[in-house]
Amino acid sequence: MITGILHPKNVVEQLVRQGVTHMITLPDSETRHMYDRLVAEPSIHVIPVSREGEAIPIAAGLWAAGQHPVISIQNAGLFESGDALRGLAIGIDLPLVMFVGYRGYTRHGDTPDSAARFLEPYLHLWGVDYYTVEGDDDLDRVPLAFERAEKSSQPVAVLIGTEYATEYAKE
Amino acid sequence: MISYEDAVEIINRERGDAVCVTTMTQTKYWYAASEKPELDVGISNGMSKASSLGLGIAVGAPDRTVIILDGDGSLLMNLGSLVTVAGQRPQNLYHFVFDNGIYAVTGGQPLPNPEVDYPAMAMASGYAHAHTFSHAEELATELPEIMRKPGPALIHVSVVGEPASEGVDQTWESNARMGAQLRAMKKALG
Repeated sequence: MITGILHPKNVVEQLVRQGVTHMITLPDSETRHMYDRLVAEPSIHVIPVSREGEAIPIAAGLWAAGQHPVISIQNAGLFESGDALRGLAIGIDLPLVMFVGYRGYTRHGDTPDSAARFLEPYLHLWGVDYYTVEGDDDLDRVPLAFERAEKSSQPVAVLIGTEYATEYAKE
Repeated sequence: MISYEDAVEIINRERGDAVCVTTMTQTKYWYAASEKPELDVGISNGMSKASSLGLGIAVGAPDRTVIILDGDGSLLMNLGSLVTVAGQRPQNLYHFVFDNGIYAVTGGQPLPNPEVDYPAMAMASGYAHAHTFSHAEELATELPEIMRKPGPALIHVSVVGEPASEGVDQTWESNARMGAQLRAMKKALG
């Protein structure tokens, strides 16, 4: 592990360890390098969507079919998904881990990007628990998110506060 | 034009052990006709997402036929789902679109354009086949063969609009129903 850098392979290893079967995603700047690693992982089926609001209902359907999906979208896409989050995740007590690209995130908190400024207040407003991941050192928060989702039967977010490292920069 | 009651009855005849995801006006007719409530879910709280929920079930349970009873107004709110569905090529997915040209549950206001060619949209998006019906007899005659062919298929059904005179009654019970239905379905599919 390298401090301060988040490597896709380490995240995907966490997903495999958690028994994730499907990743529903609309790629974004923060997760673009994870996409390549995900499609190469044979145990996880990647479902690309046309718009982020589709991701939660697709996950709900997969869950009803006995699968173990997660979603990966950007914070701006989570805002677009508001009604699905309300009705088809919180409203049906869906234990779903949502990886959310934290566009505009800065550790010191001063950002001109409203997508970043609104994200955590938005999650608080909806009562969605979340864990922030900035690098490999934070990956022990991923199993906590899965545990929290299962125990609460509610959606839980993992906020990706950095761009994933490119694979060639991994070691 | 076909009545909701006739359309639903014809579809139910071909159902077998299919899962059914339904939304809007057709839901009450489906609940009246269905003999397998453990395999039914009505989108009572999340307008437009029938096609997406149905896709999730179809991908997750590829050996199970999935019937989606969508509405034209609902599909227009989630039109990109046609492309998403087609991208997954679920051979077990049959996507019915009940077309009345109006927002029936809000009193019958017209859609932005009531003259949309949904089968053409589905084919352009990559569905395996698409069909349109405005007579009950033709739907009854052709549906068995359509459902023998691998999907994803879009079946467009022109129905007689039934504008509601009162608003949708959102109750604690109706809001809790969808989660309970999905849990029952999870058990049934398990």
